[in-house]
Amino acid sequence: MDLSYYPGCTLKTIAKGLEDSAIASMNALGIRLVELERWNCCGTVYSLAEDDLAHHLAPVRNLIRVKEQGGDRVGTLCSFCYHTLKRANLLVRNDGEKRKTLNDFMEEEIDYNGEVEVVHLLEVLRDEVGWDAIAGKVKVPLHGLKVAPYYGCTLLRPQEVAIDQVERPTIMQKLMEAIGAEAVDFPYATECCGSFQTVGNPDFITQRAWEILSSAMRRGAEAIVLTCPLCHFNLSQRQPELAQKYSDFHGMPVFYFTQLLAISLGIGPEVCHFELSSGEPLSLLKSKKLVS
Amino acid sequence: MRVEISSRRLGSDFVKKVAEISGQDLLACNQCGKCSAGCPMCFAMDLLPNQIIRLAQLGLEEDIAASNTVWLCASCLTCTVRCPRGVDVGRVMEAIRLVTLRKNVDYVGASDIPKDRIGELPQIALVSSFRKHTA
Amino acid sequence: MEDFITRKALIIGGGVAGIQAALDIADAGYEVILVERTPSIGGHVLQYSEVFPTLDCPQCIMTPKMVEAGQHANIRLLTYSEVESVSGKIGNFTVRIRRKASYVDWDKCNGCGLCQLKCATTAPSEFERWLPFGRRKAIYIPFGQAVPNKPVIDRDACRYFTKGKCQLCQLVCPVKAIDFEQRDTFTEVNVGAIIVATGFELYAKESISEIAEDPDVLDGIQFERILCPSGPTDGEVVRPSDGKVPKEVAFLSCVGSRDPEHGVPYCSRVCCMYLAKQAMLYKHAVPDGQAYIFYMDTRSTGKGYEEFIQRAVEEDGVLYLRGRVSKVFRDGDKLKVWGADTLSGKRVELSCDLVVLGMAMVPDPAGKDLMRILGVDTDIYGFIAEAHPKLRPLESSVPGIYVAGTAQGPKDIPDSVAQGSGAASKALTLFSRKEPVLEKR
Repeated sequence: MDLSYYPGCTLKTIAKGLEDSAIASMNALGIRLVELERWNCCGTVYSLAEDDLAHHLAPVRNLIRVKEQGGDRVGTLCSFCYHTLKRANLLVRNDGEKRKTLNDFMEEEIDYNGEVEVVHLLEVLRDEVGWDAIAGKVKVPLHGLKVAPYYGCTLLRPQEVAIDQVERPTIMQKLMEAIGAEAVDFPYATECCGSFQTVGNPDFITQRAWEILSSAMRRGAEAIVLTCPLCHFNLSQRQPELAQKYSDFHGMPVFYFTQLLAISLGIGPEVCHFELSSGEPLSLLKSKKLVS
Repeated sequence: MRVEISSRRLGSDFVKKVAEISGQDLLACNQCGKCSAGCPMCFAMDLLPNQIIRLAQLGLEEDIAASNTVWLCASCLTCTVRCPRGVDVGRVMEAIRLVTLRKNVDYVGASDIPKDRIGELPQIALVSSFRKHTA
Repeated sequence: MEDFITRKALIIGGGVAGIQAALDIADAGYEVILVERTPSIGGHVLQYSEVFPTLDCPQCIMTPKMVEAGQHANIRLLTYSEVESVSGKIGNFTVRIRRKASYVDWDKCNGCGLCQLKCATTAPSEFERWLPFGRRKAIYIPFGQAVPNKPVIDRDACRYFTKGKCQLCQLVCPVKAIDFEQRDTFTEVNVGAIIVATGFELYAKESISEIAEDPDVLDGIQFERILCPSGPTDGEVVRPSDGKVPKEVAFLSCVGSRDPEHGVPYCSRVCCMYLAKQAMLYKHAVPDGQAYIFYMDTRSTGKGYEEFIQRAVEEDGVLYLRGRVSKVFRDGDKLKVWGADTLSGKRVELSCDLVVLGMAMVPDPAGKDLMRILGVDTDIYGFIAEAHPKLRPLESSVPGIYVAGTAQGPKDIPDSVAQGSGAASKALTLFSRKEPVLEKR
């Protein structure tokens, strides 16, 4: 099965590991991710102003690309992209007046009326592949790996985009269990990492990272698994600083869910591009004898 | 110092603008404080989110302008999903930011970011930061 | 054709409002049939530890009324029963009542309790609000002051019904009252007036998902059972997870109430008072403990209520924090509570041993089918709709069917009792006439 796939900017750079491991694991599960042609940056965040239509052009253009290329669905990996595309899509679907203004403005594009469905790959894994099917294809069950699923904000809030229950999501836990890892539930799983404040207020991110990581640590987690490249950046970049400040903190590797999925499906760690991740994700996997 | 509250202040342009840009009925907020209780960036804010909304209800634009609260908001939308009254607090924060940003007053500037950090920051961070904090 | 009136009343619901209505009508000389869904009359009031603002023991003040209702010549008690169907109209209703099989012949049973003692199977107790230390037996009398003081068998828990074994109760019963072959029985009664007093339940804790499901996060009635001197812990305040005495307890107001987005938009009226009361009783039991109440407003409008709240603050050192709680989660031995105190402008974090939730009051869901059977209108929350919300609060949309107590809306005990008497007077007015009068007043 083919799935039209929207990467977003970060997946071509620091989150290459997310992209390559996703393509490889989805392949192994029978789904070919076909990159959208002529895609543009989604704009990262969804504009929350009622009178701002200009910032919706970028995400809507991507949806037009999907429609143009004959697709009715687009899969995403980056949580930010998922959120922005999905909300822009809902805006077009629900607000007739704004839809008309957007379409009229983009006179060189075909009209778009919300025909495309925006999905996150976790939804595809849950709803189309199924946990049992995934478990059936696992070659290297991730036994002994205690990993804490961290959702951040954009996959679950607001309610209209939520891929799972807003306060008590279990979708990543189910994936981890399907691939043989032990999912550790912790109270900061849906607490914001601080997001874009990392640019103007990096110290606050350090504090947030500590609150999140130490909470996972107290629950016995050895690693974090997540989907968002910004969360990945915020939670991993500050770790050397935290290790200096807190003597009982020795680093906690941060994985993208597709990296762990790929390893469990017997795909080599090269697609995971661990060299782009700070910390020691590969060492942890080696110590658990999950990679050689 | 006593703050003058009158229908003029309550119907001020500022109040109107915030309500218009956010699309929210500011009076729906009954100041329960749940937004503030769950806000992840609250530790660094000088005023709580619910206090910002209160000041907006009262039309006290200057007090809001002097506060760092809306600039520390990470748009995580925890407040939005938990508000019992259905007020989209995230949108109210954005509206207040935009009132300033649309006067061409930025919160971050590209030149303020140290050179070594620019190289390190991924585009997802830079773009979202400039989207939220610059005009 | 002459309309005639059967001068008998049916009361559905044996809680404080229903019992009051029954006694008033019976004392006036008319026959009353009091139908109650559970094995005993009494209702929620029997579960409380002490009631505000007097701090009376509810078991002490209720049991005389319960016994009177049980023994009154004019009251026929049909507990463990439910209304199956209703036909007819004001002055002349025909009601079919199902008496559920209890597998015990109550005519033979003398309430000795030996069966309960010897039964080897336990199950969570509804009366003890499913607390871990209040389990009951498969054959059980719901609580010590039950009227009638007769047991029923829970066939989903009973070893004989589920596995074909045991029958110990039958072996030990001195009057051979156990009857595993018993079936549901039906009675048909003719009454002139019906009073619905089916009471309330608490909104499910799980509905507010930012508050963790945890053994030490309790609803108000669960905490009442722990505080109650005749409760499952003999009044020792200990927490369900480990039996330790909690030293820091947070009480959360408005959980599910005043919450159009995730709960019900209305105020449940009694929580401000009972949370203050529970905080005080906790402090009386654990003098070196600290109680916190997160509140939005303090609604204390009854007689002596405002003074009561002040007592909680000044005499028992209860700390009121103004703000709704955003999240409650477990952190090791403690429960973290993330709230705010909007008065001081601070976000607060508490590390508590126990958290008590002031859950919203909703109509008892067990009564949902009944409303349809009776044909009475309800509001969108399931409370019975009054004929006129201001001027006819005790009359339902069906003439001859009246309402009393929390089935009409959240209220405290004095108001429930007053409504019980009020509904009774409606029935008595009907009985004093030659024909039913239907014009609006």
